[in-house]
Amino acid sequence: MKTMRYLEVGQMDDLGRLDTPLHRLDARIKMVTVAVFIIAVMSFPRYEVSGLMPLFVFPFALIGVGKIPLGCIYKKVLPALPFALFVGLFNPLIDRDPMLTLGPLALSGGWLSFASILLRFTLTVSAALTLVACTGIHRLCAGLEQLGVPSLFAVQILFLYRYLFVIGDESIRMFRSVQIRSTGSKKLSLRVYCALIGHLLIRSIDRAQRIYRAMVSRGFDGQIRLLHRTQPGWRDAIFLLGWIAFFISVRHRNPARIVGCWLTGEGL
Amino acid sequence: MLANRRRIINTPTLEIRDLSFSYPDGNEALRDISCRIEYGESIGIIGGNGAGKSTLLQHLNGCLMPSKGNVLFDGRPVARETLAEIRRSVGMVFQDPDDQLFMPTVFDDVAFGLLHLEVSSENIAERVRTALERVSMSHLSDRPPYKLSGGEKRAVAIATVLALSPDILVLDEPTSNLDPRGRRRLIKLLRGFDQTRIIATHDLELVVEVCPRVIVLDGGRIVAEGAVTDLLNNEDLMFSHGLERPHILRHRHPH
Amino acid sequence: MHMADALISPAVGGMMWVAATGLIAWCSKKVRAACDDRLIPLMGVLGAFVFAAQMINFAIPATGSSGHIGGGLLLTALLGPHAAFLVIASVLTVQAFFFADGGLLALGCNIVNLGFFPAFVAYPLLYLPITKSAKNGARLWIASVAAAVVGLQMGSFAVVLQTLASGVSDLPFGSFALLMQPIHFAIGVVEGLATAAVVAFMVRARPEALVTDSLRKPLRPVLTGLLLASVLIGSVGSWFTSSQLDGLEWAIQKTSGNEEMETPETGTHCRLEKVQEKTAFLPDYGFKDADSEEANAWPAVEIGTSVSGLVGGLSTLAIAALIGFSLKARRRNE
Repeated sequence: MKTMRYLEVGQMDDLGRLDTPLHRLDARIKMVTVAVFIIAVMSFPRYEVSGLMPLFVFPFALIGVGKIPLGCIYKKVLPALPFALFVGLFNPLIDRDPMLTLGPLALSGGWLSFASILLRFTLTVSAALTLVACTGIHRLCAGLEQLGVPSLFAVQILFLYRYLFVIGDESIRMFRSVQIRSTGSKKLSLRVYCALIGHLLIRSIDRAQRIYRAMVSRGFDGQIRLLHRTQPGWRDAIFLLGWIAFFISVRHRNPARIVGCWLTGEGL
Repeated sequence: MLANRRRIINTPTLEIRDLSFSYPDGNEALRDISCRIEYGESIGIIGGNGAGKSTLLQHLNGCLMPSKGNVLFDGRPVARETLAEIRRSVGMVFQDPDDQLFMPTVFDDVAFGLLHLEVSSENIAERVRTALERVSMSHLSDRPPYKLSGGEKRAVAIATVLALSPDILVLDEPTSNLDPRGRRRLIKLLRGFDQTRIIATHDLELVVEVCPRVIVLDGGRIVAEGAVTDLLNNEDLMFSHGLERPHILRHRHPH
Repeated sequence: MHMADALISPAVGGMMWVAATGLIAWCSKKVRAACDDRLIPLMGVLGAFVFAAQMINFAIPATGSSGHIGGGLLLTALLGPHAAFLVIASVLTVQAFFFADGGLLALGCNIVNLGFFPAFVAYPLLYLPITKSAKNGARLWIASVAAAVVGLQMGSFAVVLQTLASGVSDLPFGSFALLMQPIHFAIGVVEGLATAAVVAFMVRARPEALVTDSLRKPLRPVLTGLLLASVLIGSVGSWFTSSQLDGLEWAIQKTSGNEEMETPETGTHCRLEKVQEKTAFLPDYGFKDADSEEANAWPAVEIGTSVSGLVGGLSTLAIAALIGFSLKARRRNE
């Protein structure tokens, strides 16, 4: 059993309820900014390494202003890594043309593109996680709805999220009670597994029915109305335009190379 | 104030007439239930597990419809046409607050019912605040429900119903999963309401403290009805229906 | 099998986003039209259920490894394709939000790969016809395994296509497909068996839970035809490519060939790039440089400037970190 993954969700949600200037920004503005950021990152040519570095300003600044613990973000980047790592690792194997020499060391194009993949991965993932940590799921979903996502889907995410903790607790209790009675083996046999999952499923369906009754008792008519509490103001506009200007300029001119040339005393 | 005046002119009573109910699988859960509950009364429905308490409660706001008989609210039967109005006047507090608190924050949860009443947004905020104050949970307004303690969840679940200013409060096992302090607070809260309260439970000490009148259910039938001290002191009656005489009464009437 | 942001290009990610949001809108409309309010809490709770179920593993007999249910097919069997698709999409969205599984740009890819194929291809074309009205017995097991395998095969094949169309990875089409398809065949068999077992359990324990007739209407013939065509193209394509390849060895051999192909190709290259996004089968070899003009100037990078690029890169990274920390420190002092 993956150790109570959903508990991490609760931690992210606590962060989402902090009150900082970043948290107070309109959720839509933050989503759009992060989307532009991700597109900017992905649009770099595949061998780009140094050009990506200045973009780290964005997640770092958000983490700083939003009072988000750095560890909380980067602890999550690693477990998500394997697939990108797996696919990326083939680049050094396949693309072996030397591309960059550092004294006696020759780096192949594959290694460069591999490094680039890892950088992109870290950038996009940390930006996405930071977005959630500085907004909170309830504001994200309200924002999604305002951006035109069908309200049924926004509500679906909220419900899933709400009952994640309830069903997660239930599954852990059931899993433990099975483990206590099984003879030391950590893995369940398919038979036991299916009974466990089946019971969990039945409990979930029953719960859904009870929730439905509770909803109906309070006048539910098929439509869930979400409260929208924020309206974008001039702060939001500055945030959005400022960062987009930054992304465009970084994408266009590589400040890293300028700094590098200045430090190593070379001409541009 | 306005609500009070309305109630004086027009005191809503709840009447159950010959109600029977069978589940689709043929299991007969309720048989010939009849009783009348006056406005402002606090009545306990007691009985062992499977006696039909929850099933009966489901009928009070039309979550289940009777196979036979009627539930009359202020003289009008619970039916498709009257459902919306009746659900507004009957506030249902479910056994597991996790089923009742499904929105992302306490505020959203209390506002949920109001949003369906087309109340203006300033009014909503005001009514949410009052409802939370009534159960002393105003400080939790922005918290997510899953982070609350059992007692807090229960209190907020009651607030979600109070916000709709119901005439009748229906509570299913309100003290289940509460620690003694939470239970004490809840009893105090329940005693303070002036609405009709219908409480289904097997916590008999709660019944003794909150409900002057009691209905005993067993096997889907009403087996006894009367004043709380009379019925609950009847050791044979209690024992034969899977209940027992509460300690609190033993101390009041020592042998 | 979560696709990652780092492996796709904005064009591919954007296209898949459009496809995914279109499907979400369409399914939301369908579910609304079914007018079954009970579905709203049911879908939400089942989403949480899938999440929880994915945390529990079981031992795969005779292999020593363990597996868990993905849940796509099970959800479809319970809810019908439209509602199930929305639930799968919401699970993937929450995973992308909170665990960085996949990523935001790749979310569209993931929703299509893991939601569309089981719900709208494998379920109507395999699961339903094979199970017919039978709710238990051999038919259920065959249907479930077949649908799970085919759904996952198409999903993983889509991952391969999307990766190649993006051109971020150097993995050749054939060997990537050879890596992905067999793994997902095994995963599919396990998923199918587990799904069938849970459905069989539900048939015994709670038969009425499986009835969602209002949402089970068969798809229109045109749509079915389109879907079938895509399946055929996909399977023929994968068969064709994998039959003429010999695994990784071939891949490495091909790499040495790459050197000759590289230089004279600038002309076709640009054209290919445009086609690349539309037809995913073409890029059987890694493209050297991706999109912009800056990139085309790439082979001319001198050693000196690239060293300075590295130094500069590291120092800007340090500056970025410094900015972040100082902002944090300032806020703490306030």
